[in-house]
Amino acid sequence: MSNPFKTLALAGVATLALSASALAEIKLGATISETGPASFLGDPEAKTLKLLVEKINAAGGIKGEKIKLFLYDDGGDPNKARTFATRLVEEDGVVAIIGGTTTGTTMAVMPVAGENKIPFISLAGAIEIIDPVQPFVFKTPHTDKMACEKIFEDIKKRGLSKVGMLSGTDGFGASMRKQCLAVAPAWGMTIVADETYGPKDTDMTPQLTTIRGKEGVQAIVTPGFGQGPAIVTRNYNQLSMTIPLYQSHGVASNSFIQLAGAKESEGVRIPGTALLVADLLAADDPQKKVVTEYKALFEGATKTPVSTFGGYAHDAFAIFVDAAKRSKSFKAVDLRDAIEGTSKLVGTTGTVTMSAKDHIGLDLSSFRMLEIRNGGWTLVK
Amino acid sequence: MRISPKMATLLTLSVIMLIAPFFFPSAYYFRIASLVYVNALAVVGVVILTGYAGQISLGHAGFAGIGGYACALAPVYLGLHPAASVVFGALASGVMAWIVGRPILRLKGYYLAVASLGFGILVSMVLTNEIAVTGGPDGMKVADLGLRSWLSERGLSLTNGQFWYTITALLLLAGAWLALNLENSATGRALRALHGSETAAGTVGIDVASAKLTAFIISAVYASVSGSLIALMNRMITPDIAGYMHSIEMVTMAVLGGSASVAGGVFGAAILTLLPQALTSFDQYEQVTLGLIMMLVMIFLRQGLLPGLASLLKGRGA
Repeated sequence: MSNPFKTLALAGVATLALSASALAEIKLGATISETGPASFLGDPEAKTLKLLVEKINAAGGIKGEKIKLFLYDDGGDPNKARTFATRLVEEDGVVAIIGGTTTGTTMAVMPVAGENKIPFISLAGAIEIIDPVQPFVFKTPHTDKMACEKIFEDIKKRGLSKVGMLSGTDGFGASMRKQCLAVAPAWGMTIVADETYGPKDTDMTPQLTTIRGKEGVQAIVTPGFGQGPAIVTRNYNQLSMTIPLYQSHGVASNSFIQLAGAKESEGVRIPGTALLVADLLAADDPQKKVVTEYKALFEGATKTPVSTFGGYAHDAFAIFVDAAKRSKSFKAVDLRDAIEGTSKLVGTTGTVTMSAKDHIGLDLSSFRMLEIRNGGWTLVK
Repeated sequence: MRISPKMATLLTLSVIMLIAPFFFPSAYYFRIASLVYVNALAVVGVVILTGYAGQISLGHAGFAGIGGYACALAPVYLGLHPAASVVFGALASGVMAWIVGRPILRLKGYYLAVASLGFGILVSMVLTNEIAVTGGPDGMKVADLGLRSWLSERGLSLTNGQFWYTITALLLLAGAWLALNLENSATGRALRALHGSETAAGTVGIDVASAKLTAFIISAVYASVSGSLIALMNRMITPDIAGYMHSIEMVTMAVLGGSASVAGGVFGAAILTLLPQALTSFDQYEQVTLGLIMMLVMIFLRQGLLPGLASLLKGRGA
């Protein structure tokens, strides 16, 4: 008796072969958390992708072939992300996937990309995504570890070393806290306090008081995103604290200053990307052109300010386009090799040079240490 | 030959399961169908609790979380085989349901709904906050079941989608069969009696508290197994599985389809799993459309989609 699944598989292969021969466009897939708790990340990402695809198609596409974008909203649910990834691969026949706004959704897409040998460029932060390196998984944002190192580097420059940590218990905060604790000794930092707060907490005064009470504490580092870090900043002011306060790249956006208040966030330092300070960059800065162009495109079309997160999507798309131009063919496996061969590609987040061992391709220099002054950003020299 | 309603449900279900794959254009449909079956399994549990016994739980995702994380944690910490972990998770959920349900179910009214809501949130908080054990909000990887490679060594090679389609279909059939058997057993009759009136059920000698507890435990085990299946199928798990929204989803599926019958529950699960996939092309109107459909069903077909449609058809015939 013939296996019904086998018959079906054959039929499937036949359909695929047919559609492959009729292929006249490059199919790019994306599963992004446009709605749900991570929508403040996903929304600019999705808009960016749509804009960039439009732009490149208007300019004639890649090697004369247009890009067709399949974009799904996973709402931040890993189970949905996995389903959409399957849909992108099996149903839409994409040659690469961009997305995974959060670490959870990224982790759900990773097995699908690996099993089907489709390159996947994630937009999520955690270091677990690219360490250990998986052949088909890449990512554009800095890792939490790099943010910690950038902060510690700056604290060290100020001649300080005793750090109090106040971390959110959300995925981002928890992951960054772990990385910070791990790299602290290498930068000569002593963690004298290690406090946490819940993502929905509305008052962090007790934790800050505890940290202030620790002997010799010289700086506060607060991994976390969402409203928590803004509340920490307000409480910090209410307590009239003066030791340097460092926020994470997770809140490197103008909405943080609005939430925390311009007066309250005065002097707060944040490791951020060049995108936030596009106007302040020196004319000869290698990133100047890219960030100014993206900023103009995004702000022109959406009438909302650019955010670091949209920049991650911009870079993922730039990496894909750059790879597609160099690739032997538009087949997924060739594209993967080309993505791994990305070299000195200037993006909004930094200059990307990938290798078989490094699927993120950024170094510390891509982070800029920013300081909030008069409700705006300044570069720390 | 007369076919009993029980056999009719099971036969229809198995025929659909057998025929559907022939119409699947790609492996994506196997994934969607598997999700339908997994959700339906949990909903069948809700049908036993809500449809038969008339109790409402808003924390069933907590049990799905226990089942799911059992598959993630037991192989790592206890060295259990993933398949054994499913059973382990089901046992753990059963015991948990017994502990939680025993005091609560002696109370009348909405206490179970509120208490189960609290229980679900507690489970989800523990999973989110115990980062050292559960990996926190980013979740953790889940071991491979190993059955697929075992089968392929013995000459039956299935793709991942086909394999999970088969597993979830078989488990849903088994689950539906058990639930249908329960419906007409002494326990099932007791449950339906207390659904009608707890006082009346008590006067005819039914131990109301223990009957409710039985229903609660059984439905917890259903939710747990469905959670385990999601974990094994996705090869990873995050605390979202125990989230409040997942609990609401289960109840909504049961109520929308028709919580009084297993067939209705399965139908509801299928609709609410398939609709969002079909509606993605509506972009931001997806949620609005989904909400609208659900409101219309609740206004015009109060018993749920399946019984409502059935009575409409009957009405036409008469």
